[in-house]
Amino acid sequence: MRKNLNVIAAYSIMMGLIILVGIFQSWNIALSIFNLCLISAVMTMGANIQWGYAGLINFGIMGFTALGGLAAVLISVDPVQEAWSAGGSNILFSLFLIIAMVLAVRYILKNYKKSKNRTYIVAAIIILGIVIIRFISEPGIEAIENVEPAKTGFLGGLGLPIIFSWVVGAFFAGGLAFVIGKVALGLRADYLAIATLLISEIVIAIIKHEDWLTRGVKNVIGLKRPAPYEVNLQQTDWFIDLVEKFNTSKLNLITDLTERQTALNQLVIEGSSVFVKLCYSGLFLVVVIILLILTQKALYSPWGRMMRAIRDNEEAANAMGKNVVKQHLLIFVLGSAIVGIAGAMLVTQDGLFTPGSYRPLRYTFLIWVMVIVGGSGNNFGAILGGFVVWFLWIEAAPIGLYLVNLTTAGLDDTHFLKVHLIESVPYFRFLMMGVGLLVIMRYRPKGILPEKIEIK
Amino acid sequence: MVNMDFVNAIILLLNYIFVPALAYGSQLALGAIFVTLIYGILRFANFATGDMMSFGTMFVILFTWYFQSVGISLGVFPTALLAIPFAIIFMVGYMLIIDKFVFKYYRTKKSPPVQLAMVSIGVMFVTQAVVRIIIGPSDRRFFDGEKFLIKAGEFKEMTGLNEGLAIKSTQVITIIVTLILVSTLFWFLNKTKTGKSMRAYSDNEDLALLSGIDPKKIVMTTWIIAGILATIGGALYGLDKSFKPFTYFNNMLPIFAAAIVGGIGNPFGAFLGGYVIAFSEILLTYAYRKFFMYVLPESMEPDGLIQLLSTDYKFAVSFSILVIVLLYRPSGIFKGKVL
Repeated sequence: MRKNLNVIAAYSIMMGLIILVGIFQSWNIALSIFNLCLISAVMTMGANIQWGYAGLINFGIMGFTALGGLAAVLISVDPVQEAWSAGGSNILFSLFLIIAMVLAVRYILKNYKKSKNRTYIVAAIIILGIVIIRFISEPGIEAIENVEPAKTGFLGGLGLPIIFSWVVGAFFAGGLAFVIGKVALGLRADYLAIATLLISEIVIAIIKHEDWLTRGVKNVIGLKRPAPYEVNLQQTDWFIDLVEKFNTSKLNLITDLTERQTALNQLVIEGSSVFVKLCYSGLFLVVVIILLILTQKALYSPWGRMMRAIRDNEEAANAMGKNVVKQHLLIFVLGSAIVGIAGAMLVTQDGLFTPGSYRPLRYTFLIWVMVIVGGSGNNFGAILGGFVVWFLWIEAAPIGLYLVNLTTAGLDDTHFLKVHLIESVPYFRFLMMGVGLLVIMRYRPKGILPEKIEIK
Repeated sequence: MVNMDFVNAIILLLNYIFVPALAYGSQLALGAIFVTLIYGILRFANFATGDMMSFGTMFVILFTWYFQSVGISLGVFPTALLAIPFAIIFMVGYMLIIDKFVFKYYRTKKSPPVQLAMVSIGVMFVTQAVVRIIIGPSDRRFFDGEKFLIKAGEFKEMTGLNEGLAIKSTQVITIIVTLILVSTLFWFLNKTKTGKSMRAYSDNEDLALLSGIDPKKIVMTTWIIAGILATIGGALYGLDKSFKPFTYFNNMLPIFAAAIVGGIGNPFGAFLGGYVIAFSEILLTYAYRKFFMYVLPESMEPDGLIQLLSTDYKFAVSFSILVIVLLYRPSGIFKGKVL
């Protein structure tokens, strides 16, 4: 118990802060911060597995997040029948051709010795394949994008409950990670960082511009929800009763019946959105707890010890007969898959998929700040990092505003400096993140909750 | 007549591919040399590259505004050229301060490059915040003076061709300034004592220290050169297009690609890498329809746009090149440091 005291203390302070936001701002804001904290926590767990357990730098978090989001669209949206009949066959045939091409390349790579001719043949197959695929897919894509472009213009999805996408998102992200890992994991640490950063940009470019698959920058809105809708809740009897029960003392103060009814209506409207957010919190919490149990078990298993050995001394681990390359690939895939889950959760919560909103600062670098600040190698630390950093990211603007008002209190309200500073309050969050990261890296390089290594 | 068509086709390519790619490539090249110098001498991948460039450009803009307000101008040349030297002083100061308070600690501790790269992310956030707080996140144009060296219409009249060739003065300025700057830099690195000791330090730190090279001086010179490159590169990009902090942050990606393609740690490679990236981006995303209409006989004229990739994938092209280079020749086309 004693040795976990700092963990408990840190989490209680964090929870206390969120509750304070609930009391002073509103429970709606507090819960939306809490939900995004949970999603961030899932992302940091993924990044932490790669960086903390194995020392792999993955700056492609944004790409995996977006793939998870794509999964949410492809699973939950109803299929667009017209689009399928317009261009579905072309797309399916192109898909078949891509698979055939990959298999052909693999076959050649496997069965022929490395030579100049082999390289030329592989290159020829790829170039020829791309030309043929473009030739076949182009009319299909055009036909699909012409089906009611304002409303659909894409193939749609499978029409399944969106919860399934959390698993599928993990598979999508894991699949991409497998390919990237095969290609790039041999690189030195900082090259891996740059390579993954650029690859994630390519992923985003594809998602943004392949309208037949993702609607691109036209966004997909109104995704299905795993939680009830506010409007429906406001008309359900049991929910109104529940709100009434919670607020009896408040409502009893009002004697006038019509006034009481309007007050109740107001409370129901507020309560419904809090209730929906609570549903999401519950779902997210389940994911976080399951992942936490799994990652903790993995960390303290023989496999976890092996990963740390590989991280701390690759050559020695290799000499002991551990397959470093294979383990690196495995952990890269696992970590990215977790990030994919988070991506799907994010889109589920928002109810919309906006490819234009994926930017490296928010979805890659911020997550890294979370991991470093929280404590790499320690799952509790990583989760805490997700909470702390997201909380500050959101609350930086109010804090900044307060600070600006404090420091410029002597100035006139229309003074140009004060006006300028108040306008630039939103950017204080960058400053806060940067300074926070620098200070933590300098004075507490292992993070708020450092990794504990117990040797038994 | 066929001959005329051929000339038209050439002018078309010059106008839409060669000149813009040369200008864009020069801007990338300056950034790439900046990245490669930091990598070769201070030994880390600087993720704050784009934001440092926007920081320098911000000072160029502020000084330009000041000069404009007091009525100083360079006539046909943009006032920004006059502002650049003043901006460089501030930029170098900023870099030396950052080095003293942030990077020095990790350098003397001999931290692994990964940790320095992480620290540079912290610097990236701070720089981004400072730029946005001082000048705001919106699009700024600070170009003044004569806009075109040759206008498309004038060119048509002069030569009697169908295709016009427009050359913006910013493009010419970019190319000339880049050539002067880069040749001075190579002269400095290859001929002066300080430059030679910088290269020695980059090549083998221990050996360089043993032969009495002062590391403090090397580091300081590196930051000064980096500051000059970042400010001028950023200012030229901003003059040619426009200044927006977010765009500068994104430019970090093709700049990294250029530095690695050219062989990181090798300034000459980075210089050429910038052009490789710029030309391949534009060559692969240009629609060649009109070109073939001029070159081919009428019966063979193409129906489609004859575009290899849609312009949406402009960025993706440079990154794909980078990935291919990393796979097959990790030390870059011109042999940089071996990974």
